[in-house]
This record gives sequence, C-alpha cells and structure tokens, in this order.
Amino acid sequence: MNRFAELLDRLAYEPSRNNKLRLMTDYFRRTEDPERGYALAAMTGALSFAHAKPAIIRGLIAERTDPVLFDMSYDYVGDLSETVALLWPAPNQDRRNAPPPTLSEVILALQETQKRELPALLASWLDQLDETGRWALLKLITGSLRIGVSARLAKTALAALGDLPPNEIEEVWHGLAPPYIDLFAWVEGREPRPVATDPAPFRTPMLAHALDEADFEKLDPADFTAEWKWDGIRVQAVAGLNAEGVRTTRLYSRTGEDVSGSFPDLIDVLADERFGEIALDGELLILRDKLVEPFSVLQQRLNRKTVSAKLVAEYPAHIRAYDLLSENGEDLRALSFLERRERLASFVQRFAHPRLDLSELVDFSTWDDLAAARGDPASAGAGADAEAIEGVMLKRRDSIYVPGRPKGLWFKWKRDPFNIDAVLMYAQRGHGKRSSFYSDYTFGVWRGEELVPVGKAYFGFTDEELKELDRYVRNHTRNRFGPVRELDFSREQGLVLEVAFEGLNRSTRHKSGVAMRFPRVSRIRWDKPARDADVLDSLEALLNCRSATKAQP
Amino acid sequence: MALSDLLTLTPSGLYCPEADAHIDPVRPVPRALITHGHSDHARAGHGAVLATPETLAIMALRYGENFCERRQPIAYGETVRLASITASFHPAGHVLGSAQIKLAAKGGCVVISGDYKRAHDPTCAPFELLRCDAFVTEATFGLPVFRHPDAAHEVAKLIASCELFPERAHLVGAYSLGKAQRVMKLIREAGWDRPIWIHGAMEKITNFYQEQGIELGEIRKVAATDRAKLGGEIVLCPPGQLNDLWSRKFPDPVAAFASGWMRVRARARQRGVELPMVISDHVDWDELCATCVDTGASEIWVTHGAEDAIVHWCRARGIDAQPLHMIGYGDEDAETAEASA
Repeated sequence: MNRFAELLDRLAYEPSRNNKLRLMTDYFRRTEDPERGYALAAMTGALSFAHAKPAIIRGLIAERTDPVLFDMSYDYVGDLSETVALLWPAPNQDRRNAPPPTLSEVILALQETQKRELPALLASWLDQLDETGRWALLKLITGSLRIGVSARLAKTALAALGDLPPNEIEEVWHGLAPPYIDLFAWVEGREPRPVATDPAPFRTPMLAHALDEADFEKLDPADFTAEWKWDGIRVQAVAGLNAEGVRTTRLYSRTGEDVSGSFPDLIDVLADERFGEIALDGELLILRDKLVEPFSVLQQRLNRKTVSAKLVAEYPAHIRAYDLLSENGEDLRALSFLERRERLASFVQRFAHPRLDLSELVDFSTWDDLAAARGDPASAGAGADAEAIEGVMLKRRDSIYVPGRPKGLWFKWKRDPFNIDAVLMYAQRGHGKRSSFYSDYTFGVWRGEELVPVGKAYFGFTDEELKELDRYVRNHTRNRFGPVRELDFSREQGLVLEVAFEGLNRSTRHKSGVAMRFPRVSRIRWDKPARDADVLDSLEALLNCRSATKAQP
Repeated sequence: MALSDLLTLTPSGLYCPEADAHIDPVRPVPRALITHGHSDHARAGHGAVLATPETLAIMALRYGENFCERRQPIAYGETVRLASITASFHPAGHVLGSAQIKLAAKGGCVVISGDYKRAHDPTCAPFELLRCDAFVTEATFGLPVFRHPDAAHEVAKLIASCELFPERAHLVGAYSLGKAQRVMKLIREAGWDRPIWIHGAMEKITNFYQEQGIELGEIRKVAATDRAKLGGEIVLCPPGQLNDLWSRKFPDPVAAFASGWMRVRARARQRGVELPMVISDHVDWDELCATCVDTGASEIWVTHGAEDAIVHWCRARGIDAQPLHMIGYGDEDAETAEASA
C-alpha cells in the first residue's frame, strides 16, 4: 500500500502527461503481481466498494479527536479524506509496529467484509499506515482518487511497459478482471496475448488524417466517397452472445471506454434481438423532431454517472452509422469500404429502428463540388441539420478497415473556423511547464464603450509568441487580483488577438451571454488598435444565423 | 506571578517595561532583544540590540554593518541584568543562532520561545527545554493536521525523483536562512555527493554557515549560462523563484518546495509545486502541545500562527492560555521573491 500511496501522491502533483506516464510505467515495472494489477484496477476505476461511505470515516475520526479541533482542521484543509489522514492519532506501539497492509490485502478484504465489521478493519489499517498511506486508502475506498489520471492514461502507461500501442490493451481489456496477471504477463512478453473472452469486445477504430488542401492535386475524386462529418461523439456499438448464449451489449467511446452507463436508451436498442451480433461504427448524436442537435445539446448527456429518465426523454440519443466491422461472427474489416457499406445499409434497413440510421453520402464529382458542399451543407442536402456538421469525411472506396491512423485512406476536411478580433483583458499563469508564463488569456469585444469578456484561450500560439505575450502582460499590468493580472485596455490602448473558434452558444455563465467552442489564438495583431476590435453585435449575429455567416478573417 | 506583570503588548511588539526592552519588535525601538535572524523578527534600525553572536552576524549580513546603533552579543546560557530583570538566551533549534529568551524577575520567570523546533537539525544547536512560570509560544503550525514527518524521508523523495527524471533540473524552494542549509545538510546525509547548486540570493548566508564550521560539501552558485545544463541536479532557490522568470532556463524543471505548509495538498497545489517536501523549522502540533506541558508553565501566550487551536487545547487541560493575535510575524516560507543578487 505504501508504494501505491507514494505513486498516487506523486501523480496528484505532476502536471505533465508524459511524466505521469513515466511514473506509472516505472511503478508497474518495479512492482510485483498482484499488487500492480490492483493498482491498475484502482486507477482505471475498475473497483468499487459498496459499504465504504464517508459517514464511516467521519464516525471513526469523531471517536478519536476533539470535535473543535476537528472542525478547525477540516475547515483549513477542506477535504475530508485528507483531514482524517493528517489528524489520525498516532497508534500505540503494537499497532505501529504491525506491517502496513498491501493494496491486495486491502482490496480483497474490502470485497469480503460485512458492513458492520468495516469500521474496525479500517481503523486498524489507518493505524498501520503513514499520512500518505492513510490519504491513499481513504481516497481509494471513497472512490475519488482525483489524481488527474484517466483510465486511458493508466492503460497507456501499461502499454509502454511492453512497447505496445495503447489500443492493443483496449482490445483485450473488457474481457479481463483485476489483478490482470495474464495481461501483465503478455505485456512483458512472457505469455501469449490473453484470449478475448468478451462477447462484445472493443475494436481499435480507423482514424482519418486532416486534409491538407494541397493534397487534392494527388487525389482522384473518383476514388473517394464523401460523408458529412457530424459534430457528435464517435462510438462503437457492439452486441454479442457469450458461451451460455446470453446477450452482451456495449457502447464504447473512440478510446475504448465503456460508456454504456451514460446511454441506457441506446443500450435498449442494442439489446433488441433483431440487432443480432453486430459491431458498428458511428456517430452518437441527439435528435429531436428528426433534427440533429448541436454539440452543446449533446453535452448534457456526457460524463454523467447516473442518467435520469427525464434526461433521456429530453435528449434522446441516436446513432448515425457509417461502418460495419462485424456481423454474426464474420469479421468484415478486410472488405472494402463499399462492400462494408452495402452490408451496413442492408442491416440498417432490415433493423429499421428509429434510433439508428445510415450516414448519407454527399454527392460530388469534382473537388470543387465538394468544396461547395462543405461551404454550404444546408444547400447540399443537409438542410436544417447543417449546424451540426463540422466538415466532410473522405474515404477511399477500396479502403479496408485498418485500426489506427493509416495514411492515404481516410481524410477529414473541416469547415473553416470562425474568427474575431478581440482585446486581451486578463491573463493568468499556466500550469506545469508554463507555470512561469502568463499563458491563459481572457479576451473581450466591445459593447458600446465597454469591453465584455467573451472567452478564454490558452493555446494556438508558438513558444516564441508565448514569450512575447508573457512580456507584454508583465509590462502592461494595471491590476492584480491574486493570480490574475488585469491589463491596460481602453479604446486607445490594448493588444488585439485574432481568435479562432468552432462555434458559439448562448451562455448564462458569461457576462456577454455567449460562450465559444474551442477558442484559440490564431494571430497576434500587434498592428491593430484596440478600438478596431470586433463588437458584441457581430457575435450576436453569428448566434442567430450560425451556419450561414462566417466572420471574415 | 502573572505574565501581564512582566510583559505587555505594544504596537511595536512584546515589551518588558521593567527591562525597558522589546522582544523582536516590528518597528525601530531604543532597545531590542532579538530571538533569531529571520526578517520578520530581526529588523534594522533599533538602538541597542541584544542577541546571540550568530544572529548579530546574520543581521549585519542582511542589513549592512550599521543595522543598529549598538550590538550586544550574548552567548547561550549567559545572563545579563536589565534593571531588576535577569535575561538569558537559550537554543531554540530553529536556525543557526536562534534563541529562546528567558526573563527572570523576583516573583518568577517567563520564556519567550521565538520560533523553535524540537526535531533533529545538524545545522544548529538543539532546542533546550526551560522550565518556567509563563511561556510565550509561536504556533505557526498550530493545527493538529500539521505533523512533520522525518525530514530524511522527504529528502529521499527528492533523490528518488532525480534518479527517475535524470534529464530534469530539480529546483528546491527553501528559505535562504536556515531551511536552505538544513536541506543541503540532509542531502549530504542521504549520500548525495554531487555539487549542490544555489541561487545567488543564498550565497552570503550559506558561506556564513560554512564559516561557522557546518560542513555542506561542494556548493556552487548558478550562473546564468549554467541553467540549461543542470538536468538531474539539485538546485536550491528562494521559494519565490520557483515559478518565475529565473526558473525557465532550466531543463523541464521539477518544482520542489521544502516547507511545513507542504503537508496540506491545497497549499502545495496553489503554489504549483510538483514535489512537496514537508520539512519545517517550526514545532509541529504534537511538539507544540508537548512543549506547553513540558515547560510546566501555568500560563501560555500564543503570539502568531494558528492560535485558536492550541489555546483551546491548553484550556481543555486546565492551562491558562491566551491568543495575542500579533501581526507582522509570519512564516518565512510565505515570503515571495528575494532580490536575486
């Protein structure tokens, strides 16, 4: 437990993704089975302990500390697990000398222990651990590690142990259980790949390259089909039968995360026996009155632990299918795109479910045709759904389904971003590598004589530009509010940033009433006077007529 | 004897009318007794200053030779008469030269702790427990969540990190007087024999420690051109330099910070620290409680820090305790940038 606790402690402070990976890979390398497997389970959220509730922890500490001192301490520290970890009184000699529990012991005991025995067990562990160990134990059992490590990142660290691509881990992951002895053995090259016993496994998706417009010279339009690129989330919907003939259904995200829990309405669709044993690739969208809602509406359904019936009714989820990977035990990935699409079309037609449809092809014969469709999807067949389109996808007619991002087969051609010129208003320091730089910028546009903040951007510039921006911030500070610097801005004075963004939503959280999607600094306009920056009305106009209007760069 | 007969609180700080002297005054006064050299306790501009020779030397290093009109050195254990009061200075274990001040009158005696700690520190004389009738204590870490771990373990974390990330410079924020030299000594005790690099602002005090016979091994000042080459090395700097312009030129620096505040995660995160090292030169909660009892004092005054918790604790044990809520004193780690001389 102590080594695991030290790992969590270090991860909690380490801002860099790469360094987090190194810390985890190093831990996996130095730690034996089954300890490391349980650590992996803890970091991927594969564990839950029904009986361990904060009330038990509160009860234990109340028996051991003065309530006034506890309140003062909790007030200062602000986190229950951490307060208890720090406050826990030093135990008597016998207990202090007992060896601390291993992570495996803790996890196995937690799974077997009855609710009424839990407090005493927990207290004996807390006596045996040091501050960091106690903190890690309490975080583990209350189920919120908050160390900035996603399941994906932990699996990537495991993959690095054996120089494997992370998706290889995902493909076997869902059939395995903690402490993953056979998984580690395979990653370390000691045993063959674990047999995927999962009846509904994840398959590594095929990804597209961003299209460089110079590529058109080398590409023949006759080799390609085009589809709309929908602004939803990419999912894999899989159903299969296990050895006993019981139906298993799963909805995976693009990275192999099982998101079934967030979309019970789609799982109902997959559970329909007519769906058969299928693995399909598509876009998850919210459809209301047969119209595709923009991403901001879909967001209401994302990252939720529990989903209410009201939410499901209000934001019904839908799959727009664009590929078929497997049908009734037959792997289709070696077929050409056109052959797969034919199979997909016939499946969708047979199934005839209102929550599943086929991604339509966009008609074109020259690249100019396609450019026109991309520029105005509404007139090119997308109609009122045009707002939920973020570009077009090009797929070679003869492309087999290659996991990963193969060259030359699939391309995404996104619509041009919107641009505005805004005035830099506030700056804040970044994190990690950028902690000495003012790298988070709040910018605003004019509303009459006043600037109103409309967004925040913290990338889009080069390292050289960051240095220049940092220097500008330091030399033009008007006020400081804690970590935030307010800059000198007025009609006469101020720095204009050209900000690119993908979309605009109404927002009640921002003073300006609008919120930008994916804003970034596209250019620093050292030359442009602040008074010539954009006005809020032009953003308002975008809101009302998004798909038709493009701000001029 | 009541404490208030001997000491009173004035805008300049604690004052002993009988001896006509202030203790660690925050404003210039005719006569000052100074516990130790940290700038919130030792200020320039007083008339006469009574302090240990080390503290006087440190004040001269920081403020120049003319920091007061008259210096009066007093060794540990030596006594001096101030009118009817007998004053003596005793090791506080905080930093080199740090002292508790004992004032003895006819009816009894009071001890003013200054800043102190009871944990092992090879760079200064260990804390001496003084029995007294009344005890004036600091409470910088006066909450039961503050229990300082073994400092050697914290330094082991630093060295393990240097091994795991040999291409990254390890910057350790540490207050220039005391903490920095203690960390250097701990690094040596952990077996690190490469040069330890320091920011220029630490040079004078570090030299002074070495002149006083404290072995710190090879210490090198970082020149501007060295910074890019210090991957895998340990570099000590004032806390304010950790995340500022100066730190940028180092290769992918790891920000470490040696302070008792690092016990609380939110404090470490606020400062952007990646490798918190819980090393403090103040008593932790357990030591604070133990000291209040061990002095045998029947009356406790708490000068600065988190006064309320220890006052509550003492009262619950039948010891008369008062918070003074004195302002102008803080933990030295809270200080931001020092001049990067």
